[in-house]
Amino acid sequence: MTTASLSRWLMLGEWRSHYTQVGVTLIAIAIGVAMAYSIHLINTAAFNEFSAASKSLSGQADMQVRSRKSYFDESLYPWLAKQKGIAVANPVLELDVAVVGQQSTRNDQKLKILGIDMFRAAQISPDLLGLPEQGKILDRLASDTIFLSPAAMEWLQVKQGDDLHVYAGLHTLRLRVAGGLVRARAGQRLAVMDIGAMQWGFDQLGLLSRIELKLQPGVNHASFKTWLTEELGATYWLTEVADQELRVANMSRAYRINLNMLALVALFTGAFLVFSTQALSVIRRRQQFALLRVLGVTRAQLLRYVLTEGLFLGALGSVLGLSLGYLIAVMALQLLDGGLGSSFFPGVKPNIFFDPAAAVLFFGVGLCITLIGGIVPAMEAAYARPAPALRAGSGQTVVEKWSSPWPAVICLIAALLFTQLPPIFELPVLGYVAIALLLIGGIALMPRFTAGFFSLLTGRLHRCEMGAVSTLVLARLTNAPGQAAIALGGILASFSLMVAMAIMVMSFRVSIDHWLGQVLPADLYVRVATTGDQGGFQLKEQKVIAESIGFDRVDFFRTQQLTLDASRPDITLLARPIDHDDPRKTLPLTDDVIPPESLPEGIIPIWVSEAMVDLYKFRVGEKVVFPVGTAFHEFVVAGIWRDYGRQFGAVQMQLTDYQRLTGDMSVNTVALWLHDGMAMDTVIENLRQLSFGSALEISRSSDMRALSLKIFDRSFAVTYVLETVAVIIGLLGVGASFSAQTLARAKEFGMLRHVGMTRKQILIMLAAEGGLLTALGIVFGFVLGWSISLILIFVVNPQSFHWTMQLYLPWSWLMSIALMMLVSASLTALMAGRQAISGQVMRAVKEDG
Amino acid sequence: MLELMNVNKAYAESRKVLTNLCYTLESGAYVAIMGESGVGKSTLLNLIAGLDNPDSGEIRVNGVAISQLDDDAATQLRRKQFGFVFQAFHVLPHLTVHQNVALPLLLNNGSTDQVEQMLINVGLRGRGQHFSHQLSGGELQRVAIARALIHRPALVLADEPTGNLDPDTAHDILQLMRTEIKANGATGIIVTHSHAAAATADLVLNLTKDGLFLTQSEHRQ
Ligand SMILES: Nc1ncnc2c1ncn2[C@@H]1O[C@H](COP(=O)(O)OP(=O)(O)OP(=O)(O)O)[C@@H](O)[C@H]1O
Ligand SMILES: [Mg+2]
Repeated sequence: MTTASLSRWLMLGEWRSHYTQVGVTLIAIAIGVAMAYSIHLINTAAFNEFSAASKSLSGQADMQVRSRKSYFDESLYPWLAKQKGIAVANPVLELDVAVVGQQSTRNDQKLKILGIDMFRAAQISPDLLGLPEQGKILDRLASDTIFLSPAAMEWLQVKQGDDLHVYAGLHTLRLRVAGGLVRARAGQRLAVMDIGAMQWGFDQLGLLSRIELKLQPGVNHASFKTWLTEELGATYWLTEVADQELRVANMSRAYRINLNMLALVALFTGAFLVFSTQALSVIRRRQQFALLRVLGVTRAQLLRYVLTEGLFLGALGSVLGLSLGYLIAVMALQLLDGGLGSSFFPGVKPNIFFDPAAAVLFFGVGLCITLIGGIVPAMEAAYARPAPALRAGSGQTVVEKWSSPWPAVICLIAALLFTQLPPIFELPVLGYVAIALLLIGGIALMPRFTAGFFSLLTGRLHRCEMGAVSTLVLARLTNAPGQAAIALGGILASFSLMVAMAIMVMSFRVSIDHWLGQVLPADLYVRVATTGDQGGFQLKEQKVIAESIGFDRVDFFRTQQLTLDASRPDITLLARPIDHDDPRKTLPLTDDVIPPESLPEGIIPIWVSEAMVDLYKFRVGEKVVFPVGTAFHEFVVAGIWRDYGRQFGAVQMQLTDYQRLTGDMSVNTVALWLHDGMAMDTVIENLRQLSFGSALEISRSSDMRALSLKIFDRSFAVTYVLETVAVIIGLLGVGASFSAQTLARAKEFGMLRHVGMTRKQILIMLAAEGGLLTALGIVFGFVLGWSISLILIFVVNPQSFHWTMQLYLPWSWLMSIALMMLVSASLTALMAGRQAISGQVMRAVKEDG
Repeated sequence: MLELMNVNKAYAESRKVLTNLCYTLESGAYVAIMGESGVGKSTLLNLIAGLDNPDSGEIRVNGVAISQLDDDAATQLRRKQFGFVFQAFHVLPHLTVHQNVALPLLLNNGSTDQVEQMLINVGLRGRGQHFSHQLSGGELQRVAIARALIHRPALVLADEPTGNLDPDTAHDILQLMRTEIKANGATGIIVTHSHAAAATADLVLNLTKDGLFLTQSEHRQ
């Protein structure tokens, strides 16, 4: 017999007699881990799809040269590689190949093989480089090797070193699987070979599918494209990959950052919850631990014991949480398929893959949080002086000791300072740290706040005649606020974060709605369906549209992508008619504007988006130089406008200025204002009747606006679901802490029953305590949540997306969450109380351990 | 066995509890300590057990100065050499009677074979698998006595062990304690307010503000 069996006895005994609380703690840990893990899984899936669209196939290429035929002669490649303005040219041969043993008739049963020049690809799409066995780097160049993506390996049931037989014309070709394409997107079946080997093996000598181009920094895409298109002649297509990529990048980044924010909510709530349940369970057993110390258990042994307990709970809860998280992620992606799949990642279906490394990581996170939650109470238990602790009723002193106000005040001050600091790696890391500090500080101050408030209240009510119940309630809340506050820690964390998210999301939505109204003032927007970055409407077509009947006003827009900095995504240049006298009529300007009358003469004004200020340090009134058309020009920054569409930066200028500088008279988009009384449908029909009408892409601004808001709502729908889960965890926490407390107070209730309080009175007392505390917690949570929303709106969003928004408080929404919270917390307290007083009162008095 | 040398203890400047206390107790003695409420009896027991430290002076148990040991060493000493009986039983509620009694043996890594015999000795035959809420006050105190003696400690400290019991039960418990302590050859110190309880001891000491004094009249014949 050893002390190990003593620990086992104690643990089993504790769990047997308090299984509901142990269960709730387990569930809390499990849900916390599950949320964080499922968010991570969804994030990874979304991110995979996002990078799939932009990276895995085309890498960092700016443009692609294709032939009008499927394949073209490779002699174009050496010529292209020599051209000025091109940094890298990467020849690619792409074939869909039938695999021996698989159905060869169906196209989706074929294996897509990319033949690449490893040295070129290394510079432009490194993701396509196979990962050979250690020391066999030359396998990348060998003539009989192939590299497969994980999904392809799984599909074909092969692994590194196996042989793969494929059809090449009428004969079969034996290839050796030399390794994997580790960065291939999840679920993507893809193979890579050396281009020479592929041309030889598949009898495609001298042929290419495409050449990918990376341009040198500072090269204007549009003018380069014009020039190269001309040089290449009609045989070749020159397409740009940037557009699609940018849009996806934009949307998914906002999405991912928001999901990360929610992972934070989950982790925080979980940590507070574990802390409060562990702390309360230690406080409840204070006398028992003191007895053990008297009987000869050393501090280290006791500390180890309490931590072991946490370790078991943490491990079990984390394992539960991982399985739950996986399930949630799979289900969420299935439910939200439309939202994720079609709006953000066209044409691809995100898949959840079990990733053991991440599972281990989140297991560790769950365990650590449980241990951190348990360590303070464990230290308390080990370092408490046994003699006084053996006396009853000393649990309160413990909590008082923790609530020295200084650490909390320091947290709050630090939070304030952190909001003033710049981003790190262009990410609002310190903003998030500030939020965490604010939460910790706020929650730590909660006991003092509670005590102060209720002693004030007691003082006020002193003169009034008070019944036994209200006297007891107020006495407890005034004199033992610490334990009550611990109980509220979890719910406060989740509630305030929920308030913060609600304020942020609503402010964002209102700002976007307002903004859409400003940027889409016309009734109709018309584009040419087929063009990429080329202006599709020449002067002739512009004239035809402008002269069509039914319009009050017709504006032409010219947009194109510009590379100002090779390491950043392109910015967008928008040339359009801008109101000379009041640019505010055209642009959603901030207050940072030079009025038109004081603009300097002889220099072209531009209006830049907020992102330009953050990323390129453009300042109002400053002169800046960048290429428009074929040459560099000087501009003056005349104002700053909000842009929720392009977080990488955008610049607007007068269309006339643009045309004077470049001589490019073509435009991409036409904005049309209808004549009063003209029917929208008639007008659209008329446009369709034009000679080029079938190629037009016509959108009503009301549809565009509705679509944008719909996409917005759909992307935030996930956040609402996850927030609800966070609140449920919080409520679970309240349930756990309240029931822990009522159990710890069983003796008190027994005594009260003995002195003649009815069960009903005790229940009323408990519900009143729970309700009052929650009400106070809600007020506190509001203040905390509002402060956090300020950080989100004025620090986190500008730093990560480079846009600001107006603060908007959705009062009715907030009130309904608060009410929901109040009711559910009081009910939880009541239920916990019922459980406690239903046991034999006699036993409660005697259970004196 | 137990030497108190000029022990001083104050909880605050104005709250001097023990002043210059000196006493020597022979091994195998069974003494009762009486005294007014608040005079410092529990404080003294805490000091002897190493649960609290005197402001000055020294306390030796079998020649070891317990007040100079660090917490771990004092804990080890308590584990091996001390047995405790409290007024408020302190039987762990979620352990069985058997497990409660076996606690000190587990802490000392000993075999728990004697537990059954000890339960029989204290009159709890067949109650080993019961929990504390299934026992009466007197029975709980018997569990506590069994727990205090199971590991054959050299010194048993009891702070008002019968304070919560009716006179008849108290009498039985006191007899039991005396018999078991004597059977183990241990030294016993029992703090009590009851003269009847004190009468079961070999000698009765009176703790006053001025020190520990032998009360001849209470001396057991
Ligand atoms: N932790 C403490 N802080 C301050 N004063 C204390 C503390 N513990 C005890 N005292 C005081 O020390 C004095 C002695 O206390 P002690 O508990 O030793 O008395 P006692 O002789 O055991 O009394 P009783 O017979 O009532 O149990 C008392 O006046 C008590 O108020
Ligand atoms: Mg006492």
